[in-house]
Amino acid sequence: MVMRDRVVVGAHYGWRDWLVQRISAIVMALYTLLLLALLLWHGGLDYAAWKAIFGNGAFRLATFVFMMSLLWHAWVGVRNIAMDYAKPVGLRLAVQTVVIALLVAYAGWTIQLLWGGQLA
Amino acid sequence: MKFRVYRYDPEKDAKPYYRDYDVALESTDRMLLDALMRLKAQDDTLSFRRSCREGVCGSDAMNINGKNGLACVTNLKDVKEPVELRPLPGLPVIRDLIVDMSQFFKQYHSIKPYVVNDTPPPERERLQSPEEREELDGLYECILCACCSTACPSFWWNPDKYVGPAGLLAAYRFVIDSRDQDTEARLDNLEDPYRLFRCYTIMNCVDVCPKNLNPALAIGKLKNLMVKRAL
Repeated sequence: MVMRDRVVVGAHYGWRDWLVQRISAIVMALYTLLLLALLLWHGGLDYAAWKAIFGNGAFRLATFVFMMSLLWHAWVGVRNIAMDYAKPVGLRLAVQTVVIALLVAYAGWTIQLLWGGQLA
Repeated sequence: MKFRVYRYDPEKDAKPYYRDYDVALESTDRMLLDALMRLKAQDDTLSFRRSCREGVCGSDAMNINGKNGLACVTNLKDVKEPVELRPLPGLPVIRDLIVDMSQFFKQYHSIKPYVVNDTPPPERERLQSPEEREELDGLYECILCACCSTACPSFWWNPDKYVGPAGLLAAYRFVIDSRDQDTEARLDNLEDPYRLFRCYTIMNCVDVCPKNLNPALAIGKLKNLMVKRAL
């Protein structure tokens, strides 16, 4: 009889997290450069410059894309840490649930800040 | 020459401990393994593996002053005294410097380390062009000493789920082999979040490899192939 070890292979999404982390990092880097360039253009960081930069609708959209990249990036990273260190399933589920709730809350807060009226 | 060696015999010792040795070397002793043989003559209860004594078999891998390496290719001139010798980290200790490599080899076997080709074999051999053969350079030389995998934090944390640098180097060696037909299944086998993607490019593997191979590069190429295929 031929003995064969069954190779158990789990979910097929390992590459997706890996790619998301890289693409979101690029988005964040580009946004950081854009923000720095705008600050230089406006000659420093005062209220007037800040208001002019964020008064622009396109820049607010870019800020939103940046924040979404940040939150998604953070999710992949924190989830990886939970996978390495929080071995009991219950604990891992709890950690991941709290993190998801926090990240969603941050997303809502971002929308509130960007389009809530204070900046317009 | 002064040594400080990790000692543990699970049948006798409640806990591992360190023992200090002072070994008189002969003028012909060049490598750390030579000194270890003198040490063994002085205290024959000390256990370690060795065989070829020239960096080919991979038996005498150990942690030398905090860094994994082969005792037989580590020059005595390059190590600081007292030389601290420990077993490879992250694997169960059988005795002294001998570790249980079952988990390591289980991961190695899980990537099917052999050419899979179901077409009828030609009369003489499956030929490769010089370029195709060149792809295997830097991959086939691995001696499976486990220095890399046992230096990898991802392997320490998930030795049952993460294949580890040695296994992944071998995986890439067969993925890129022009004679192998099992590429799709090989990539499928590594596609989950653990087996390949637990590598965070820490590069300890590259740092310690006694054969100067680059598992991190092979792992990067596997990740690229995986993403290219998926998109």
